[in-house]
Amino acid sequence: MEFIKTLWTGEKGLFKPDGLTPMQRITLRFVVAALLFYGIVVIEGMLMRIYEIEPVLLTGKEQFFAIMTAHPLVGIFGSTYCLVFGAFFFVLPMLMKKPLWSIKMANWTFWLVTMGTFIFWFAGFVSHYAPLYTLYWPLPADFDQFSVVGGTFFILGIAIVMAGTTLFIINVFKTIAYTPEGWEKQPAGALLASAIGLTGFRNLFTKKKKEHLVPLPAAAIARGTIDMAFNTAIILFTGVLILVYMVASLLGFDLKETAVDALLYKNWFWWGLDLIADGLVLIFVAGTWYLLATLITGKDVFMQNIARAALLLELIVSWTVWSHHLLSDQAQPSMLKVVSGEMVTAFELITQGLAFFITLATLWSARPLKMTNSLKFLLGGLTGFALAVPAGIMQADVGLNRILHNTQWVVGPHVHVAVLVGLTMTLYAAVYALFPLVTNGAQLYSQKLANIHFWCHLFGGIGMGAFMGMAGLKGMLRRSLYVDGEYSLYMILAGLAGALLLTAFLAFFINIVMSVGLQGVIGIFRPSKIKTKELMPGDAK
Amino acid sequence: MENLFFLAKNAIFIYHFIFKGSIHLKQGGTMVDSNVVLFGQTLAYTLYCIAILLLMGWFGMRITTKTGSNVVKPALFYSFVGFLVVLGVSLHIVTYNTIPWSPVDLNRSDYTPDKKFEITVANHEFQLPAEKLTIECHDLVLFDVTSHDLTYGFGLFRQDNTMVFQMQVVPGHRNDILWKFDKPGVYSIRSTEYSGPRGVPMIVKDAVEVLACEESTKE
Repeated sequence: MEFIKTLWTGEKGLFKPDGLTPMQRITLRFVVAALLFYGIVVIEGMLMRIYEIEPVLLTGKEQFFAIMTAHPLVGIFGSTYCLVFGAFFFVLPMLMKKPLWSIKMANWTFWLVTMGTFIFWFAGFVSHYAPLYTLYWPLPADFDQFSVVGGTFFILGIAIVMAGTTLFIINVFKTIAYTPEGWEKQPAGALLASAIGLTGFRNLFTKKKKEHLVPLPAAAIARGTIDMAFNTAIILFTGVLILVYMVASLLGFDLKETAVDALLYKNWFWWGLDLIADGLVLIFVAGTWYLLATLITGKDVFMQNIARAALLLELIVSWTVWSHHLLSDQAQPSMLKVVSGEMVTAFELITQGLAFFITLATLWSARPLKMTNSLKFLLGGLTGFALAVPAGIMQADVGLNRILHNTQWVVGPHVHVAVLVGLTMTLYAAVYALFPLVTNGAQLYSQKLANIHFWCHLFGGIGMGAFMGMAGLKGMLRRSLYVDGEYSLYMILAGLAGALLLTAFLAFFINIVMSVGLQGVIGIFRPSKIKTKELMPGDAK
Repeated sequence: MENLFFLAKNAIFIYHFIFKGSIHLKQGGTMVDSNVVLFGQTLAYTLYCIAILLLMGWFGMRITTKTGSNVVKPALFYSFVGFLVVLGVSLHIVTYNTIPWSPVDLNRSDYTPDKKFEITVANHEFQLPAEKLTIECHDLVLFDVTSHDLTYGFGLFRQDNTMVFQMQVVPGHRNDILWKFDKPGVYSIRSTEYSGPRGVPMIVKDAVEVLACEESTKE
């Protein structure tokens, strides 16, 4: 009976949705959506794992590859973007000490991103549109293999997500630069210069140091958002190009696929796509590490000026790093392979290594610390990137790429460990840290479930990456199917690790639902009764 | 002054290592097996992973206790930065000089192949110039692969499914790779890039045979 009561009202009935500000609601809505999409990603991941062991549960290889197409996109846009947008819509006003520029626009972002994700996921699920997220030309326009109608809805869904992302980008920069009503005029230009790192850069060459107007984590948000703007433009442009072919096909015209150069396409698409993987993710993660280290220790970040410089360097690195995805493309100029693919990529070892060291040093300077959930997950996130970044640097080598490209090594120890252990655990650390703030002091239902969440996620993520990596070193390709059980042992072990990840997700999901209650979850989606632009009820004037 | 001398000495050493290194594949030289390279990589990465997991475990325990100093000296920070720079730069110098196909790959026009195979791909099928591509031991072979529709991959795999090498096959562009075979063996060709569900069975079993050579063990 007590369980049912808690399930409905939340732990000790502490969570009161009526007392939430519109900003808290937006953040919580994003968290709920992110959790649901993450659930889809984990379940689909498990379905693919099982299918790779024994071809069961799915209708065939068409469905397998349709899931493989949607899986990373739902993970990035549906889960990670939602979690990041929700957290940053809350954190940015908190850091800038002024309200978000537009709550209405933030709500639009929520609906566009979630609806867009659902549309492309559903279109892929129904039509088996499966050109994979890489969309190598002219595969997305291969209508002998894929449904043109399904593909049209799929690309439209992605375009809707990009529209929502555009609104997020505008909101971030406007929030940094604008002057709230009744406030003294804010120096918009100086604020933006500080946010994108120009002030810090200028300070390196002048004796008259200018003050940093924007806190370090807010600067990281701004710089990551620059990369987000570029990649949104590239994805939208590519989407429109594919849509042109789709619409033409629907109207009965067969456009020449050779009109688009496949290698040039690959270059611009990877340039844009890599602004997510090697751009905003790394910058946002570094910013979140700094924020968490500050929140956990109550101290300034160690070597703050260097941290700012490293963020600016990472931004520039992210614009010139894409060619490591084309090291196996023989027509790609050798100069690009060596300079962009190898040398610039190696800089990520330095920029991410600096962020790693600075965060650890900040934590160390405040010893002894209590091992809270957010600290635990932060250490997990740091571990994830410490494992995944060097794996990426290794495969971004002309020699090693020849025998690693497109194997399970790339997607295991590098991608899955970076995303699942590095990125996701960092975001979970932020969720645990912000939970009391966005819920007005709601209590976590169970610390035991939080511990299960941590250990199962850590071992599951590292284990999955390790076993996939071992299979990759034995020659297993990442975008293929092995029907004769060639790699069954590795896939069974990776599947068991996947089961740990599923357990971790269920523990977290149950813990959050039991903490806020079903009544609370429903209440989050009701309109706010408090009319304020402030973050917390106490801040309302 | 001493530091400058140290730097200059190392710069000369690195220059010799890169440009005068004797490990580069010369016409007639031998090429190390890709499995050997993978073994080295596996060993290095495994040791690194163990070290980093132990470090993070130790850090996690020590951070909750108050023993020793809390001060992190900037010297440690700058040493770490220096270490990362050296590591980042040296990795590719080391691989360029120890993985024999790296310089070959980047300077393909400097080499004259002993044999050349022109292969085409269309409609998810490889069209080979012969049923079996036969290679003499120690031959430097050029595989020139052309796609007439989609982006594919071209990979050579051993009997135990491990990879010898692979490259992307992009339509409208030249896709060629030079490889030297110093061991006898029978290899399969497989597309290493996804080209839709129809591309899954793009495998040509036992398509390449390297004939027996002296002082070698058959794979």
